[in-house]
Amino acid sequence: MLSKKQLFTKGMLDISPHMLSVIPFGIICGAIGVELGFNPYLVYAMSFIIFGGASQIVFLQLLSGGASSLVAVTSVGIINSRHLLYGAVLSEYLEKLSFIKKLLISYVIVDQGFAESNKFFKKNRSEEYLHYHLIGTGCTMWVCWQIATLSGIILGSFVPEELGLKFAIPLTFIAIVVQDLKKIDHVIVMITCGLSSLLFFDAPFKSYIIISPVIALFVASLLLRLKK
Amino acid sequence: MTLVSIIFAGILTYFTRMTMVALISRDMLGDKVKAVLEYVPSAVFPAIIFPGIFINDFGAFIEMNDPKIFGALVAVIVGYFSKNIIATILAGLVSYWFLIFVIFS
Repeated sequence: MLSKKQLFTKGMLDISPHMLSVIPFGIICGAIGVELGFNPYLVYAMSFIIFGGASQIVFLQLLSGGASSLVAVTSVGIINSRHLLYGAVLSEYLEKLSFIKKLLISYVIVDQGFAESNKFFKKNRSEEYLHYHLIGTGCTMWVCWQIATLSGIILGSFVPEELGLKFAIPLTFIAIVVQDLKKIDHVIVMITCGLSSLLFFDAPFKSYIIISPVIALFVASLLLRLKK
Repeated sequence: MTLVSIIFAGILTYFTRMTMVALISRDMLGDKVKAVLEYVPSAVFPAIIFPGIFINDFGAFIEMNDPKIFGALVAVIVGYFSKNIIATILAGLVSYWFLIFVIFS
């Protein structure tokens, strides 16, 4: 049995390689807000209140492009609706927690944290304090995101744009799913999702980000039926 | 941009994170649903990966000889064999930089 501290540390270690892409992205995110002419305090408030990378950039870009607040808020909600799927997967492991703890831990559920903690949970189901791994990944992400966006807001885009560091984001997610390329059913699901996301990229409110997973999960359910 | 709209966006985002964790119990999800949920990472992350590679900042498709495609392929190969996150990201970035700064410059 691992202690709470050991699990928390394991979570921190498991997510920390992703900071290589998260930190430059956070700096860019903070800098964009100021460049678009928004109040720096409000740009930072987003990192604390919304705490969702891509959705924060979309929110800023929509508002600066003259979209209404309603459209911007709706888009953030739709982009982040993928968390519903993460929650559904994680609920199995977090079931024993009290309602209050569930409410608190929910705030730090992020893409990379979900991915790494879910991998750990699958292999270590019997651990008593499993959720400390998720707290470890989530808190690491939270601290890095706050520092990165703050430095972008204060220092401006000191990351040279020519480096194209936004490209590190798809790379970080490639690192997450690449081992599943060994399984043909997963490959089919991934290709379905990827192609759908390109096909529906122009759908309103950035809804491709939830439409394509739904299509891919439908294909996954068909594959499961075929397997039997 | 007002603080009120940020707070609404934040509440909405928090609800997406909290709803399934706090309001769903294991018994509510059948075995079939759980089996499908095994595919969530494979079903969600390509929606971040593909547009990040194939669509540029202006929302248009990139050319088929774009350095990002090469960088992504290198990342997939290095990631597959190294099983190392940092190696995957660096391999993708460095091969991308090599193309844009050395070959195409």
